[in-house]
Amino acid sequence: MSNTPYAVEMRGVTKAFGSLVANESVSFSVRTGTIFALVGENGAGKSTCMNLLYGLFQPDSGTIHIRGEQRAWRSPREAIRAGLGMVHQHFMLAGPHSGLDNIILGDEPEHKGWSFLPRWARPISRKRAIKDLDDLITKHQIAVNLDQSVDVMPVGVQQRLEILKLLYRNAGILILDEPTAVLTPHENEAFFASLHHLKEQGKTIIIITHKLREVLSHADDLAVLRAGRVVATRPTAGLTEQELAELMVGRAVQLIAEVPPAPALGPVALSCQNLSLSSRGSKPRLNNISFTMRAGEIVGIAGVEGNGQSELLELLADPRFYFGHGEGRHRLTASGNLSVLGHDVRSWSAARLRDQGVSMVPEDRHRQGLLLDQDLTQNFLLGLAQEPQFNHFGWIRAKAATRAVTEAITEFDIRPKTPSALAKGLSGGNQQKLVIARELARQPKLLICAQPTRGVDVGAIEFIHQRLLEARSRGMAVLLISSSLEEVLALSDRILVMYEGHFIGECERGVDEAHLGRLMGGGS
Amino acid sequence: MSSNLKQPLVAALRPALAALIGLSLGVALTAFAGENPWQVFMVILRGALGTPYDAGMTLFYATPLILTGLAVALPYRAGLFNIGAEGQLLMGALAVAVVGVLLPTVSAPMSLLVSVLAAFAAGALWGGIAGWLRAYRGSHEVITTIMLNFIAAGLTSWVVLALIPSQDSQNPESARISANYMLEHFSAFSSAPVTWALPLAVVTALLVWLFLRFTVRGYELKATGLSIDAARFAGINVRFMQMLAMALGGGIAGLVGIAEVCGNSSRFRLGFSPDYGFIGIPVALMARAHPLGAVASALLFAVLQKGTAELDLETTYVTRDLAAIIQAMVVLAVAAEGGFTWLKWRRAKPEVKNHA
Repeated sequence: MSNTPYAVEMRGVTKAFGSLVANESVSFSVRTGTIFALVGENGAGKSTCMNLLYGLFQPDSGTIHIRGEQRAWRSPREAIRAGLGMVHQHFMLAGPHSGLDNIILGDEPEHKGWSFLPRWARPISRKRAIKDLDDLITKHQIAVNLDQSVDVMPVGVQQRLEILKLLYRNAGILILDEPTAVLTPHENEAFFASLHHLKEQGKTIIIITHKLREVLSHADDLAVLRAGRVVATRPTAGLTEQELAELMVGRAVQLIAEVPPAPALGPVALSCQNLSLSSRGSKPRLNNISFTMRAGEIVGIAGVEGNGQSELLELLADPRFYFGHGEGRHRLTASGNLSVLGHDVRSWSAARLRDQGVSMVPEDRHRQGLLLDQDLTQNFLLGLAQEPQFNHFGWIRAKAATRAVTEAITEFDIRPKTPSALAKGLSGGNQQKLVIARELARQPKLLICAQPTRGVDVGAIEFIHQRLLEARSRGMAVLLISSSLEEVLALSDRILVMYEGHFIGECERGVDEAHLGRLMGGGS
Repeated sequence: MSSNLKQPLVAALRPALAALIGLSLGVALTAFAGENPWQVFMVILRGALGTPYDAGMTLFYATPLILTGLAVALPYRAGLFNIGAEGQLLMGALAVAVVGVLLPTVSAPMSLLVSVLAAFAAGALWGGIAGWLRAYRGSHEVITTIMLNFIAAGLTSWVVLALIPSQDSQNPESARISANYMLEHFSAFSSAPVTWALPLAVVTALLVWLFLRFTVRGYELKATGLSIDAARFAGINVRFMQMLAMALGGGIAGLVGIAEVCGNSSRFRLGFSPDYGFIGIPVALMARAHPLGAVASALLFAVLQKGTAELDLETTYVTRDLAAIIQAMVVLAVAAEGGFTWLKWRRAKPEVKNHA
């Protein structure tokens, strides 16, 4: 090992896929024993860059140096052997197995004395693994119960498990892809504390993120990627959030949307009274929820994912399914009262709700919002096909549909600008714009909007937030369900905090962020 | 699938090319058995299309395959796998036989309508049961349609043998249906039983294509198949769509009864179907569940079936088994072409994901 201060150096690395240059002459250096942030919008080339470093792709030109030595991997296996480790955004853990088994998977320690057998037939010695892991756990202060099945671990613990997995394989350089996307504010703090601890132990950490605030408060150095090029490499010290955002997007952005004056509140748009959702013999998913919202206000439901928001959303999407009026094999049944725009909707289907002016932006746009293998026109028609404007005695008005989607593409600046492009080829931000354009096209009276900017880049967030505020000004009622604190704070007139299926607090606009964070974690 | 529509010619040419390659490979295999592959190829062609009669028999065989291919393809577009075309076509044929025997006085143009409606309704009922069970009771359609096949086989043989048995023969078959229901054979094909059932099958394919491509309901059905969650959130009644798809598929399979009973044997003969319903599955899969593709792939199957049947007689070494291998090579080649496209798409995926 040479005595360079750098753990990782990228020197003029270029990678193209066909005509698309994903990384163009990318250069940056990561000092050993520091936290380095690679930031940029979706599609800026961050993932490509890390996949090059990790050996998933090979660069077209340029070189990669690890601890001063030029290296060229043929596969991630070689990178792992050289001490690199990566935690992917979506964890690579096998559900029902224990934490221990997940860690040793692929690198199982063997019992001594069985080496006469072929490698695949030798028995595994979990004891040796436990001993090694206990040392690691004490050394790095990572709290994980190794015997627990991964299925029942909270996300924060799963993440620690992933990190432990890397340490077990002697990784000195840890790459973390969007590590905080799924953490509660509380877990977030613990996560960064352990990162700093690892750093003190001499580990080098690279985080990929588009969360500006985390970068500024925890990273030592950063590189900003925009459209495949490095537009800045510098220490984080002295940089403001605004400057960083502008570096990422390449133009002036408004980080926090300017909130227009609140319109006069209209009639009640949505009212839940003592709403519960439970299945026989298990903990209720929704527990006695009551709230009312009126036309012209944005009500935010804050909370860490998995505290009942998804269930509330499903219930609002298709009440008949859950209130027992529809035949169903779903064992979840709802009780309580639910009214929308003055109607008791407990026996209503999704179609009837939509007819009456309710639109919905589902939380998982890939699964619930889009037909990924279809083009933009087909996707725009989803849920609109029955509207008279597109429906001519049962035949689809293809021309009207193309015209409408073209208008939406222009108005919402969706790229690519071709209605025949496939939805799966769009970036997250553009997919989300398409969904929101479609749902707003019906001029709904009530918009239920879940995670509108998840996985969406800064420029598109700004745009989507402005649209939602405009909708409010026009007198629409917007129910915003989001796990992003910043988003809920920026948009909501009132905030309800959801925890384990019920509301544990209500706040007005301008509430203290720390207070809200505590509520989200279940504190009071 | 929309990429298919964008470049329909390319989409149609590629499986055709794959079929040709598969056929060449299969025929080439006969060289090992000591035959001249070119001659074998010519025997197949002559056997299938050599005389008007041969061509007619090929078309006669293709007719039910078009229908069962559609019966699998349409539910497939709604995300359902219909293994029950066999049972559905039995029910359709039974309905035609029952109507033809019990209502002998209905006169010519009306009788055609009555028999088509009866065949469709009986098949639709059989498919609809599986659809209903899937949509509202959550029973998987693969299981239920297989079960319903057995029930249909039992039910038809009981009705045929106990209620409308043949009066003039000892064979396990129903009584002859009224002559008013019989379809004329097209004279162009000599004595081969090619009737209006063939145009009926092709028109059905065309109607299914129009339905899927241009109507709101067809769109909703496709959306249900592409992403049931997205369809549900969009207010589409996905359970109704599942039931509709199975009922329509079953009804189309039921139309096989027209080709068989009205077009050919004039009665319900037990065991008349050489697994038309099951061959419909590869027909639909080869067509990538495209309704018009199902017509082409049914024709290909029919040509292979009829053509290779001659090999046993006309060559020294090619046996019935080897003929089956040739058929299998074609199916395999077309399936592999699909797999190849799929692989290419998968390899291209990381690029799309990271950079688009």
